[in-house]
Amino acid sequence: MLCQKCNQKEANVHITKIINGVKTELHLCDECARESNEANISIPVTFGIPMSFQNILEGFMEMMGGIPQQLVEEISCPTCHMTFENFKQTGRFGCGNCYSAFNDNILPLMKRIHGNIQHTGKVPKRSGGILKVKRDIEKLKNELKMAVANEEYEKAARLRDEIKRLEERLNNKQDKE
Amino acid sequence: MSFFAKSNDSGIVLTSRIRFARNIDGMPFPQALSDSASRKVIDDVYSALLKSSINEVKNLKLFNLKDMDKLNMMAMAERHVISRDLIENFQRAAVILDDDEKISIMLNEEDHIRLQVMYKGLMLKEAFEDANRIDDAIEENITYAFDAKFGYLTSCPTNVGTGMRASVMLHLPALTYTKNINNILNTVSQVGMTIRGLYGEGSNALGNIYQVSNQVTLGLSEEEIINSLIAVTKKIVDQEEKARELMAQKRSIALEDDVYRSLGLLKFARTLDTNECLNLISKVRLGVEMGIIKEVDIKKLNELITLIQPATLQLVDKRELESKDRDVVRAKIVRESLK
Repeated sequence: MLCQKCNQKEANVHITKIINGVKTELHLCDECARESNEANISIPVTFGIPMSFQNILEGFMEMMGGIPQQLVEEISCPTCHMTFENFKQTGRFGCGNCYSAFNDNILPLMKRIHGNIQHTGKVPKRSGGILKVKRDIEKLKNELKMAVANEEYEKAARLRDEIKRLEERLNNKQDKE
Repeated sequence: MSFFAKSNDSGIVLTSRIRFARNIDGMPFPQALSDSASRKVIDDVYSALLKSSINEVKNLKLFNLKDMDKLNMMAMAERHVISRDLIENFQRAAVILDDDEKISIMLNEEDHIRLQVMYKGLMLKEAFEDANRIDDAIEENITYAFDAKFGYLTSCPTNVGTGMRASVMLHLPALTYTKNINNILNTVSQVGMTIRGLYGEGSNALGNIYQVSNQVTLGLSEEEIINSLIAVTKKIVDQEEKARELMAQKRSIALEDDVYRSLGLLKFARTLDTNECLNLISKVRLGVEMGIIKEVDIKKLNELITLIQPATLQLVDKRELESKDRDVVRAKIVRESLK
């Protein structure tokens, strides 16, 4: 078979393309193939190809489903006014409060990236202090509920006082910040 | 202990780095920050450090990138002291450094604070302890953006949680030449680590130098991340040593010829581009570490890895150069170093 381009040399490069179900065949000689973009099949072999984060992110988002698209688009951060749509495009949050504003919508993404959604590492002393008190209050409130349900009123009273004490401490702490 | 000594001696682990990403509570992240607010980030962090009680404080200096010339900035990036992203934002960015550039605190990069501690050899735990102490010192006067569930809040969701990236730079010529490197690359990515070339994201493994770092930052503690990186590094070092032993057993004239030819080129070539130069240095380094070449000091080779980088060599030569002229200067620097 002769090359379809120069019609002179023997065709020894055969390209079959199937685009949208339409099959086209091309038969070229060495020389014409090298010049032609059609035969450009040399993919540079490098690792860590920086697939854009946005691509991946959008991929995840599409897979999530469940949330009506329109609602998702309307979500925005009350502090920096970044919209969820905006975050999807850039892959970057606008401020720390975006995390709580987008909370439900970013959980699947976090799970995908990290395999986890709960921080277990270092806790800063300063904001962590407040956090710890908040966690303690939550815990005591649960205990209080249990105590009331079990009619352990003496214990409930003690827990109530403890909660009150912690809440006062929390208010003082937050005022100081 | 023996492992640390061993890997330091064999020179496979070039450097260890710990990087913390931190943001200041109640402030937009750097991309959305006004000039004056960016200024405030720089001033607040620097004064927080000056007020703190850590020993390192007296050695820390602040550099505003807008006051530096381009070549100096690029050379700092080549030394891994600052990132290329920081340079992109040079008008609002700054860096706080200690004298020997072991500590680098980048301000207004992707996050308000990027605290980095870098050590030679496999010293991740030591680097972490330093970073942790400096982190606490900054926090004495600054409230970080932190969430009970998501941990330290960062601009990019891939850094959230600990905000910590631990990494090691490895020289793996034997694994590369024996074609075992792809195996290693695959395995490493399966255990939650990322492996890249010398200059991070998307860069090729110039000079057979690879960077391994943790992928996951949320849901694992800092200790867990560091311990698994040390374990992975230890395995890779092991494999590299095995590959070297294998090459040594064959003790082929081809290997000896290859490393000495590389030395010959470095000693006498009149032009060298960065890529060729790094690959030659890698081969000579392997030759020295395997005891084939005895007359070259490994320290000189280590210095050369940085000295021959484009911006650094222009700084050494004290002038800006076209790429072709750089190749001439590079060859000259190498020749003189190996004389």
